[in-house]
Amino acid sequence: MIPEPVLRVEDLHLRFHGIQAIAGVEFVLAPREILGIIGPNGAGKTSVLNCINGFYRPQRGRIVFGGGDITHLPPHRRAALGIARTFQNIALYPGMSVLNNIMTGRIIRMRSGLLACGLYAGPAQREHVTHRAVVEEIIDFLEIEEARGQLVADLPYGIQKKVELGRALAMDPQVLILDEPMAGMSTDEKSDMARYILELKEVRSLPMILIEHDMGVVMDLCDRLIVMEYGKKIAEGSPDQIQRNPDVIRAYIGHADGGTAH
Amino acid sequence: MATLVERPTHLPPRFALDAAADTFPKLLRRNAGLFDDRIAFREKDRGVWRPITWREYYRHARAFGLGLVALGLRRAQILALVGDNRPELFYAALGAQSVGAITYGLYQDSLAEQLTHLVDFSDAQYVFCEDQEQADKVLEMETRLPKVRRIVVEDWRGMWRYGHPKLVSFAEVLRLGRDLETSQPELFDQLVNAGQADDLAIFCQTSGTTALPKLAMLSHRHLIAQGMNFHAVEPHIGRGDDFVSYLPFAWIGEQMVSTTLHQLVGFTVNFPEEPETAQRDFREIGPHFTFAPARIYESLHTAVTVRILDAGRLRQWACAWALAVGGRVVDLRAQSMPVPWWLRVQHAMARWLVYRPVLDKIGFARIRVAWNGGSPLGPDYFKFFHSLGVNLKQIYGQTEIAGISCVHRDGRVHFWTMGFPIAHTDLRITDEGEIISRSPSVFLGYYKNADATAQALREGWLYTGDYGAVDPTGDVIMFDRMSDVITLGDGSKMSPWVIEAMLKFTPYIQEAMVVCAPGGSTLAAILNIEMRSLGKWAEDRGIAYTSYADLSQKRHVLDLLHGIVRDVNRRLRPEWRVRRFVSLYKEFHPDDDELTRTRKLRRRFIAERYQHLITAMYTGQATFDATLQVRYEDGTTREIKTTLQITDVDQSE
Repeated sequence: MIPEPVLRVEDLHLRFHGIQAIAGVEFVLAPREILGIIGPNGAGKTSVLNCINGFYRPQRGRIVFGGGDITHLPPHRRAALGIARTFQNIALYPGMSVLNNIMTGRIIRMRSGLLACGLYAGPAQREHVTHRAVVEEIIDFLEIEEARGQLVADLPYGIQKKVELGRALAMDPQVLILDEPMAGMSTDEKSDMARYILELKEVRSLPMILIEHDMGVVMDLCDRLIVMEYGKKIAEGSPDQIQRNPDVIRAYIGHADGGTAH
Repeated sequence: MATLVERPTHLPPRFALDAAADTFPKLLRRNAGLFDDRIAFREKDRGVWRPITWREYYRHARAFGLGLVALGLRRAQILALVGDNRPELFYAALGAQSVGAITYGLYQDSLAEQLTHLVDFSDAQYVFCEDQEQADKVLEMETRLPKVRRIVVEDWRGMWRYGHPKLVSFAEVLRLGRDLETSQPELFDQLVNAGQADDLAIFCQTSGTTALPKLAMLSHRHLIAQGMNFHAVEPHIGRGDDFVSYLPFAWIGEQMVSTTLHQLVGFTVNFPEEPETAQRDFREIGPHFTFAPARIYESLHTAVTVRILDAGRLRQWACAWALAVGGRVVDLRAQSMPVPWWLRVQHAMARWLVYRPVLDKIGFARIRVAWNGGSPLGPDYFKFFHSLGVNLKQIYGQTEIAGISCVHRDGRVHFWTMGFPIAHTDLRITDEGEIISRSPSVFLGYYKNADATAQALREGWLYTGDYGAVDPTGDVIMFDRMSDVITLGDGSKMSPWVIEAMLKFTPYIQEAMVVCAPGGSTLAAILNIEMRSLGKWAEDRGIAYTSYADLSQKRHVLDLLHGIVRDVNRRLRPEWRVRRFVSLYKEFHPDDDELTRTRKLRRRFIAERYQHLITAMYTGQATFDATLQVRYEDGTTREIKTTLQITDVDQSE
């Protein structure tokens, strides 16, 4: 029996002023699955992610999450439902500490009003302590205790990437969308990040959609891949199948007899 | 033999202990009743300092000990422990000792190969690993550890894929222990009561500056007597004090404070969140006393000096003035001269304006005493810390005497000595100049090494292998290891350590080793630059560099080092002066066997490894082409080729 998918993307079309960014993409994300999206630059990978979390409104198609149609919900409602993501270019608050940056991920889970929080008394205080505990668990998970109090702007790139993942995790996500989580990282940092991703999948059963250019990482981490080119899905399958797929090899190398997709 | 201090020559063979508290498990049980809800440990976890009471300490140790029994551990078997300092490490150690096991702490930065060799040599049947990192090292070599029955892992994070049959989680051991306690409530007390003071408590790896590590066997009586005799001369350590535990659990100094003194006195031991946050956490606690090897004080000195150099002109001037005032006061006090009133006024001002803020930055704001142990610290450092008002004292001792035989006494801190023997401790100098000592804490011998035991232990005396003398003040002077003392051309003896300590007293030199040509004619030095401060120095001057090796050979850097060596030479007798030096392309490192895990030079090994370089220095070559295998932290090796400049030191006054 096929398990009920967490997320379903149906017949997605997106056009900007006559440019067809996405032309009929379809896929599902199963529970506990890491789905990789690969393809050349400009293939529309990030556009798909932007449609899923609501930054872009597709002209056609449907996005179903947790059994409900979310195609027309604004981004913050989708976030509240449990869709969290990280960005290709780090989008943190550089002037705030690591702790506070991750804390912003909790905002959508906060119940107390402005006045109660300002007074920091009673239920608001208790709530803050609960949220702080969640954030500390994440800091512990990502092993960034040393950076806790530092401003994000003062931190090396690799740690900023971790903080961004931390903020996404702080939203208690049901699905995690990672846009090039390892771009610009050293080998050590990449292996750390891979460890976190695998642990999130195995221990917290968190399904993920991942865009990444490091093919070694993609092939190792992902359970299933879809390949995009010119806004279309040209292939789908396990990493093994994808590496042997002639269409994929052509998209990457330009001709069909060029060996593997590496 | 010259007797150092007149004392009754015959010591009681056994140091008398209270029978209800003559082992660590009995002490812990007593403390759990006595201190109850007082705080034994404090651990920073998820950003918050979390207190652990004596009762919880006892409860966890009890559960762990019984859990080991449930897993089949029997009296006098061995539990090896490896990991960063955490309360769980202490629960495990005390728990194992409670049921009669011997604990053996290993250095957590050991490579897998070294770790396996040591675990196998110790015949440990049980291994406690703090986390995945340590577990990986043991599992990697597991086929070479046939004697190991179970591997306990405390922090299970990242271990969800591991299915090794010998693996068991710390939580599972505790659960087994609680089950056993429910079915046999009397068992734990029976096991603790069966423990005797003369049972072995720990194996302790000696620093091994000379050869492969040796495991000293120490009983509960050795360790507890040591704690009592030390506390007798440092009685101000009390229950209300805080201590920060961040040095390796395997080090006898850490055992001495965090287990022995802790159990005897009952202060609070604080554990940092992670090794990387240790410095900040140390400052947050602001401990009342600290015990660290020379390396820590050297790096604190570097950190303070670099920050002063970094500050604005006004602050630089204020610091220079304050240190000068402090230095003058220290000098006058050392000569027992009165301090004039105007100097006292300045000293009081300096305390409020400079000393206190500086000490606060390094977490020394509340420090009553700081002990230096493991290896001696240069007099320049002593003067620096005393100028800042830190009561820094030297501790002298060996693992074989449970850690401490001498310590400076308050008001009698002579920077050039190792201090005065602690209670019930005898010290003598043999005709050959070797320091030998005797106390109720002299060890039983080295595990499975009768030859080394016979060498070190003769008629109840511990032969330390240190070359020393007695100072007219009654304090002990340690020149160097017997084997390291250099005999100069004129037959006089000289300690390379003295010169090295002076060379290192700058923020730019991390480590130095002085070597002497055969015949005692030429002294030469191998220097390690201090990357952090020298890197900054280079950046400030617009000197571009790529790596440690590159920076170490820059002309400007060599000029700077030349100046430092020349200044040191001016303070030395002509025959002790360094004639040539080289700036090495890498730091000496324990992973390359060049330093011990407590960061002492392994001279013989270094002399052997760099013998061609050293010969080149003696024979007057100007450069040396080096090829060397470098081992990285993950165990891989790479070959490095580089050209070293050998610098002649200008000998003019």
